[in-house]
Amino acid sequence: MTLCKAAGVTTFAALVMSSTASFAATEINWWHAMGGRLGEVVNEISTKYNASQDVCNLTPVYKGTYEEALTAGIAAFRAGEQPNILQVFDAGSATIIGAEGAIVPAEDLLKNAGVEFNIEDYIAGVRYFYADAAGKMIGMPFNSSTPILYYNEEALAKAGVEAPETWEEFKAIAPKLKAAGYVPLAQSHLSWIFTENFMSRHNLPFATNNNGYDGAKGTRILVNNDAIKMHFTRVKSWLDAGLFGYYGIGWADNQKVFQDGTVAMWLGSSGSFGGLTKSTDFKFSATYLPYWASVSETGTNTFIGGAALFAMSGKPKAENDCVANFYSFLTSADIQYYWHQETGYVPITNAAYDLATKDGYYDRVPAAEIGIKQLTLPGGDNTKGYRMGFYVQVRDVMNREYGKIFSGEKSVDDAFQTIEEEANKLLARFAKTSD
Amino acid sequence: MKRVQFSHPLMPYMLLLPQLSIVGVFFLWPAAEAIRVSFYLEDPFGFGSTFVGLDNFKDVISASEYSRTAWFTLIFSSAVTFFSLSIALLLAVKADKVIKGASIHRTLLMWVYAIAPPVAGLLGVMLFDQHIGPLNDLAHALGWNMQIGVNYFDTAFAMTVIAVWKQIPINFIFFLSGLQSVPKSVQEAAAVDCRSSLRRFWTVTFPLLAPTSFFLLIINITYALFDTFGIIDLVLKGEPGNNPVTLVYKVFLDGFRGNDLGGSSAQSVILMMLVFALTVVQFRMIERRVHYS
Repeated sequence: MTLCKAAGVTTFAALVMSSTASFAATEINWWHAMGGRLGEVVNEISTKYNASQDVCNLTPVYKGTYEEALTAGIAAFRAGEQPNILQVFDAGSATIIGAEGAIVPAEDLLKNAGVEFNIEDYIAGVRYFYADAAGKMIGMPFNSSTPILYYNEEALAKAGVEAPETWEEFKAIAPKLKAAGYVPLAQSHLSWIFTENFMSRHNLPFATNNNGYDGAKGTRILVNNDAIKMHFTRVKSWLDAGLFGYYGIGWADNQKVFQDGTVAMWLGSSGSFGGLTKSTDFKFSATYLPYWASVSETGTNTFIGGAALFAMSGKPKAENDCVANFYSFLTSADIQYYWHQETGYVPITNAAYDLATKDGYYDRVPAAEIGIKQLTLPGGDNTKGYRMGFYVQVRDVMNREYGKIFSGEKSVDDAFQTIEEEANKLLARFAKTSD
Repeated sequence: MKRVQFSHPLMPYMLLLPQLSIVGVFFLWPAAEAIRVSFYLEDPFGFGSTFVGLDNFKDVISASEYSRTAWFTLIFSSAVTFFSLSIALLLAVKADKVIKGASIHRTLLMWVYAIAPPVAGLLGVMLFDQHIGPLNDLAHALGWNMQIGVNYFDTAFAMTVIAVWKQIPINFIFFLSGLQSVPKSVQEAAAVDCRSSLRRFWTVTFPLLAPTSFFLLIINITYALFDTFGIIDLVLKGEPGNNPVTLVYKVFLDGFRGNDLGGSSAQSVILMMLVFALTVVQFRMIERRVHYS
């Protein structure tokens, strides 16, 4: 009570002293899709931001899943009731970046507000994922993660094996893990881990038009290639041999089996780190996403997943300036480090990464660094990101066809043929929407 | 028959206005809008739209998955309607004969009706869960390697069971009240003429139940086609993957998850036509055989 009063008095004093300040702070709102613990951290960050200054007042609103948040944002925009900030996930980025009139690019927003902006301040893997073809940052990267391999140290010790760096090594150790009584491997997101990041890890082109960045017109998916078909053929044979477990399309169903010790290794998000620490009672660690040495000699950096913040257009300058002000707060090293530690998402700026390193965080928890190290591995022409429209549906097509491969309903060749055809149809349809 | 006279000629229209405006705003206008959008490919944010004629319909029908979804919808709806009606009828006939503790029996059988649909769906999903579900464990104990969310048939089975389970109580209540309104005198007269209680049921009781059954048939088909949405959504946990979905759920997936307004509208127009045809069939063909006293 006294604390509240004290805070109230200081705020009031600040208001009285600044002669130009209007009495009501500028209200801005932020629609996000961060549930559970992540939502709590979002609220904590907002509270910290509001306490750090008294010109702007930020209200975060939880809008459900990523898909629900995007749909809610679109409906609100059409009704003229859009929020100031909308969190949009990787698969929705083509939709929102394609709608040029709906958003104010992050770079413009910051520059208009007089905030210094240098894209080189952001870590390499994050920098251009939400940028346009010219390299201008459109969305402010927020929760950024990348797929990594988690392993149960006790299980690996019991089987007498080391965590694999390549799929060739996995092939060699998987039978030993099985003999030790484990399902060697599971994964939680087939399209993200085994498709999009299969392409980035091996520096393979994912779509024409520079992975789709050069525009929706004429963009075609390049998913029907020999390397990925070889991968899925192997995965299916591992599944049949009991060396790989598939527990459906849901993320949690596949993570749970790692947590309860059924599965020895699990491909999940670097952002899963915080949750795993709380939900496991065995020692676990993490390493890079494996690659096929036969496809790529060293393996390249992976794409980020997760979501970015988009400033919606049609708002007064005062509110946009507040959004810019919040962006600077959010990307400050302290807040990024806090976010990184609490959630496991990677820090998006070099300064925040340096801070975490200097603080000795990675000496204490080496596994927390795997995601960011993987994102900053040497890359290639195809590892910057991808941009495809109606991508949520493209992912749904992939997931459906992969399900058919695993159930034995379809051959790998037929499934990839279908994915290519249906995805290209969707891409062509998307190109027409923006005519 | 007595003719009702209104003091003012506009009065009846005024009285109808609230109802008509609700129908207009919540049904006719959205339906017209869906038909319009089905001929366009539209940017989700509403910036651009291209007139594409019947392309959306062609794309929908030619998609490999659409016929599988349609077949699933047909089989699922038939199964849900058939089992929820027949099990409810069986329970009602048996409950009607119970004399001792009748109200307890009836209350217990109606019990599930008091559960809100999403809660019922969630309970069903938990019972079938591949990690913690007791029904899943039971299936495994019986040698059925059930995996909801991985195996297409298993998932369809779970959806059907949950949907039927949720719908039985309401059918039960209607059947029971229908049975109780069958006049005692008719039943007694029938008992004199015919000794087989099964035959008595099919020749006397069931025809007298026909108005109730017809009403329930329509309600149940509507339920199976449209109201099972929530259950399907819960079983899928938001990700369709290689799992069965109904036509209505696909409209939602493409429109609200995929932001493909044109394609989604084309699908809902197709559904509108199907429902229209179904309504005509129901009232033209089946209702003629139903006798209202």
